Amino acid sequence: MSKIVVLAKQVPDTSNIRGNAMKEDGTVNRAALPTVFNPEDLNALETALEIKDRTGREVILLTMGPLKAVEIIKQALYMGADAGYLLTDKKFAGSDTWATSYILAEAIKKIGGVDLVVAGRQAIDGDTAQVGPQVAEKLGFDQVTYVTALNEVTDTTVTVERDGEFQTEVIRARFPLLLTVTSAANTPRYPSARQMLRYFKADIKENIPAEERAEYERNGWIIPTLTFADIPGINEAHIGLKGSPTKVNAIRDIAVQGGDLKMYDPRLDGVKALVRDLMKQYVEVQS
Amino acid sequence: MKTAVFIEKRAGTERLRNVTLELTGKAAALMKPFHGEVVGIFVGDRLPEDTDELFKYGMHRVVFYNNAKLKHLHSIAIKQVVAQFVKREQPDIVLFGATHTGRDIAPLVAAQIHTGLTADCTQLVIDDYRDKGKILYQIRPAFGGNILATIVTPDHRPMMATVREGVMPLPEHKTMNPVKFEEFTPDFRDEWVRHEFLSIIPKRSKVDLGAANVIVSGGAGVGNKESFKLIFQLAEALGAEVGASRAAVDFGFIEKDHQVGQTGSVVRPKLYIACGISGSIQHRAGMEESKKILAINKDPDAPIFGIAHMGVVGDLREIIPLMIRYLREEG
Repeated sequence: MSKIVVLAKQVPDTSNIRGNAMKEDGTVNRAALPTVFNPEDLNALETALEIKDRTGREVILLTMGPLKAVEIIKQALYMGADAGYLLTDKKFAGSDTWATSYILAEAIKKIGGVDLVVAGRQAIDGDTAQVGPQVAEKLGFDQVTYVTALNEVTDTTVTVERDGEFQTEVIRARFPLLLTVTSAANTPRYPSARQMLRYFKADIKENIPAEERAEYERNGWIIPTLTFADIPGINEAHIGLKGSPTKVNAIRDIAVQGGDLKMYDPRLDGVKALVRDLMKQYVEVQS
Repeated sequence: MKTAVFIEKRAGTERLRNVTLELTGKAAALMKPFHGEVVGIFVGDRLPEDTDELFKYGMHRVVFYNNAKLKHLHSIAIKQVVAQFVKREQPDIVLFGATHTGRDIAPLVAAQIHTGLTADCTQLVIDDYRDKGKILYQIRPAFGGNILATIVTPDHRPMMATVREGVMPLPEHKTMNPVKFEEFTPDFRDEWVRHEFLSIIPKRSKVDLGAANVIVSGGAGVGNKESFKLIFQLAEALGAEVGASRAAVDFGFIEKDHQVGQTGSVVRPKLYIACGISGSIQHRAGMEESKKILAINKDPDAPIFGIAHMGVVGDLREIIPLMIRYLREEG
C-alpha cells in the first residue's frame, strides 16, 4: 500500500518578533524565537491520520529545518504518525519556495512509494501557500488546494471539499495527489499516551550517546535525518540561497508602532474626542 | 517591457473578479514609463462577458483559450496552458490575484518554468537593481505582518507576483485602449483534466467583509450574545459591517460568516474597530493591514493595542453606548 507523506514545518511564533531576530542577510534568526508546529500542518497531519484510520496506510512526516525541528516529528509520532524524516543541511539554508519544494520533492522520491502528499495550506511565518503546489508540480502529482473536508477514500481516489471562496467544490481526485488543507478541515487529535510512552526517547542520531545507540535502534527510537549527501541526484545549483530565484532585498520591521497609538479616556470627554476623531476619519473614508 | 495579467472570473458568475481590474490598472501604471504592453491571459470555459472593461483600465491585448472542459479549476490543465502562454509571450512580469484560484495556479506555473513567485504583494515598484537594469520590487508583509519584506527575482524571468483583492486601488482616470482579442491555440491534452467535480455548492450570500470600508468587530470580551447587540448597533451607526474574532464565534455570539482572522476573512478596511478583542496573532493576521484601527479593551496590556492607532481602555458596555450617542449628535 502506498505511503502518505505529510509536509510540516516548525515555525517561529510570529506573535513575538522584534528586529533583533532578523539576520543581516534578511533571513530570520530562528534560534532567537519560540517555535511551534505550524497550525495548518497539524490539520494536514490529522487528514492523513484519518486516511490511515480508514485504510491502514503508513503516514510519514517530512520536515526541513534545523536539528531542533525534530520536536515536531516527535509530536507527529505522539499523534499517530508511523515515521518521520528530518531534512537538515547547511546547504538547504536560505531556500525560497522554489528551492524548498525541489528539496522536499527529491526527498519524497527518495522515501519512495508515495502517492499522496498532504500539506497545510500555508505556514504562519511566510503565508505564501506556495510550497505545497510547487511540490506537486515537481513530483508531477495532481493537486487540490484549500481542502476543508475529507469525504470518501478509495484505493485510487479521494473525495474532498474545497473552499472555492464563493462556493464549496466537492472534488473526486485521483492519486498521485497533493492536498493542501485549511484549519476548517478538522480538529487535530491529541497525542496518545501510548504513543508518547513509545516514542518519548526518540531522537535524531546526532543527539544519542554512542553507548546507547544499540538500545535506540532496537526500540525504533532513531528519527532519521536526510542531508544533502543522502539524496541521490539532487542538484546543488537548485538549493539554498544560491538556488532560489527570489532574493530578500530588504526587511523592514513593522511590529513596533510605538508613538502611533493615541489613547482616549473612557469617560464622557474622552469618548467625545474619540467620536470627533472618528468622524474626521469617516469623512476621509467616504471621500 | 511586458506585463501579463491572469484574468479570473468570479466563480458562479460570468463576470470578471475585481482583482483582475485592479491588477490591470496596476500593470498599466507600471508599464507606462516604459511604453510597455499589458497582456491578459484567460484560460477557462468562456471569457467573462465584461472582459472589454479591461481595456478601459489599460489592457492592450487579451489572449484567451476557451475550452468547455475547463469550467472548473483543473489546476494541471490551466497551469499547462498558462505556462505555454508565458513561453510564447515572454513577459517580464506576470501578475495573479492572490485568490484561491490564483494561489492554486501561480505556484505551479512558477515551479514549471523555474522562476520566482512572491505571494500577497502589497506594493509593486519597478526600479534599478545593481547591474540588472530595471526589475520589479515586490513588497509584502511576512511573519504574521511583523515585517515588510522586499523581494526581488534578479536572474529569472518572468518575475511573478500575486496580489490580494482590494489591495491595489482602481485607477481613477480610465484609458480608452482599443479592444484587441487573440485566440490562443495551445497544445492541450484531455488527460490534464483529471478531477471530477461532483457538486458545486454556492455559499449563501455571505457577509461581504472584504468590500467593507468600516468594520466593527466584537470578541470574547463582549461577554455574551445580548451584549453583542451593541456591536451591531455601533456598526449601524457607522454604516459598517460586523466582524468577530474566532472566540466570539466559538462562544456562539455570532455566525462564522463574520469571523475575521487567519481562519476567517482577511480584511483591509479603512477603519477597523476591535471591541473586546485581545488581538491574538490569528486575529491580527486577518485585520492588521486595516488603515486605521481603534481598539476598545478592558486590558491595557492586550496585544491589540500594539497595532492600534486609537485606543480606549475600559468597559465596552459603557463606552459603546456613549459612542453611539455622540455619533448621532455629530452625524
